Amino acid sequence: MKKLLLATALVALGAGMAAAQTVRLGTEGAYPPYNFVNDKGEVAGFERELGDELCKRAGLTCTWVTNEWDSIIPNLQSGNYDVIIAGMSITPERGEVVDFSQPYIPPASSAYLALSKDADLKSGPVAAQTSTIQAAFVAENGMTVVEYATPEETVAAVKNGEAVAVLADKDYLKPIADESGGALVLLDREEVIGGGVGMAFRKSDTELRGKFDAAIKSMKCDGTLDAMIVKPEYFGPETKVWGEEGKQGC
Amino acid sequence: MLSSCADPKAIEGLSWLFCYLTSGKHIDFYWSFLTVLLLLAITAPAALGFGFVGATAARSPFLPARMLGKTYIAMVRGVPDIIYFLFFVIALDQAIEYLKFLAVCPAGSPLPWQGLEFRVCPEAKVPLSTSSAGWHKAYGFLLAAVTFAIVFGAFAANVLYGAMQAVPRAQLETAEAYGMSHKQVFRRILVPQMWSYALPGLSNLWMILIKATPLLFLLGVKDIVYYARELGGSKTQAYEFPHGDWRLYYFLGLLVFYLCMTRVSEILLGKLAGRLSRGQATAAGEAMRKAAA
Repeated sequence: MKKLLLATALVALGAGMAAAQTVRLGTEGAYPPYNFVNDKGEVAGFERELGDELCKRAGLTCTWVTNEWDSIIPNLQSGNYDVIIAGMSITPERGEVVDFSQPYIPPASSAYLALSKDADLKSGPVAAQTSTIQAAFVAENGMTVVEYATPEETVAAVKNGEAVAVLADKDYLKPIADESGGALVLLDREEVIGGGVGMAFRKSDTELRGKFDAAIKSMKCDGTLDAMIVKPEYFGPETKVWGEEGKQGC
Repeated sequence: MLSSCADPKAIEGLSWLFCYLTSGKHIDFYWSFLTVLLLLAITAPAALGFGFVGATAARSPFLPARMLGKTYIAMVRGVPDIIYFLFFVIALDQAIEYLKFLAVCPAGSPLPWQGLEFRVCPEAKVPLSTSSAGWHKAYGFLLAAVTFAIVFGAFAANVLYGAMQAVPRAQLETAEAYGMSHKQVFRRILVPQMWSYALPGLSNLWMILIKATPLLFLLGVKDIVYYARELGGSKTQAYEFPHGDWRLYYFLGLLVFYLCMTRVSEILLGKLAGRLSRGQATAAGEAMRKAAA
């Protein structure tokens, strides 16, 4: 009888623990169309839809958390959330402190946003968000970088003349240029930096990373990832997609 | 949200503004004012409590208590607030999870500190990953309130320590001559008299506390400054209510809020100072006595 009770208790405990796995997804919430907090106060954007779909495919219960970009990696490591899904480009430097999933967005173009087409990038500082691949790129390529904590502030810096241009993901800057009524333009020069956008995990979380990797791969295989990327509210039909490259090894 | 606001891009003018100001995110913004007021309501008495205990310990005849009190005051006062806020919250959070780790994690689990990572078993997370967002918010808020109370408590302790020393020795001696014990002197003479000396310092602290509430955001609590920045930032068509850079207007709103808070505080503190000076052997108390006579 005692054994039976003990066994029942253990099974109940085990079942409770299996059900208790809620994965917390951390994002910045200030970088449309990747991720932003909409007017209802909820996380929205491409990564919201992607993250929810990936969790469904991996059979996980997920919740969303927003965190400042500056401290997004330290807070992952201290366990405030389990995954970073925040338009983060895969780079070797970041790879030393976190583990990345396979990329879900192919290496994308970064663009310069300036007040006029003939802006001289060497004539003054170029704005970029702190700890981004663009900030590192500007610094490494003979331009003066001026860093800001949020993407919003980088654009404001160009508007009020603190910086000649801002270097950021083209997908973020394009709607801003389009809606500025000609006050802000994208330069013809573009840069391709980084190894695509992926999810970041704690180094010790290999099991969770495996689940999301498999889910991303399955979305690449059946083409749903590409279909999601080209949605007009996200990156539009002209964006680079995975195509045949994504279907390799399915 | 109201049904007339279902498609914000189709409406204009005042009704647009009305819908805009009642969007879900704005409602969160209005609640965040309450968060700030709640923080003040919790922190101020808690800091005063920390301060009182700290000051009493710092002038205790018992050496270890004295050292503890003085160390607390010196340490917290000597470290810049921002560093303290960033460090202490993380340390407190990890300490709580470590204690829970010792209690609930299966025996033989590896220590939580692994290189850059802090990792406890899922059962030891505070709050649990399955807890609702509300619990996570409440926990974050509580950590922030405790941190604020400790930091401001140290300053309050120093103010109260000074105030206790400022009570004229003759007053205490008279009480002793009447045969009161140390405890009675402390409770009946020292504490009631010290408030009028402490009030100017404490009112400074209160003002600084009001103005320090935006530090909440550093601690991960979404306060009014966070929302003002977030709502005021320019919005593209990806949002329901696209607009330009309106941060200036939001921050002007905050300016008014903070000025109102400090003005009301000044008036109330002025009244309190009057009350506390009544019948005291101080210049203010003497002036009141003369005016009444």
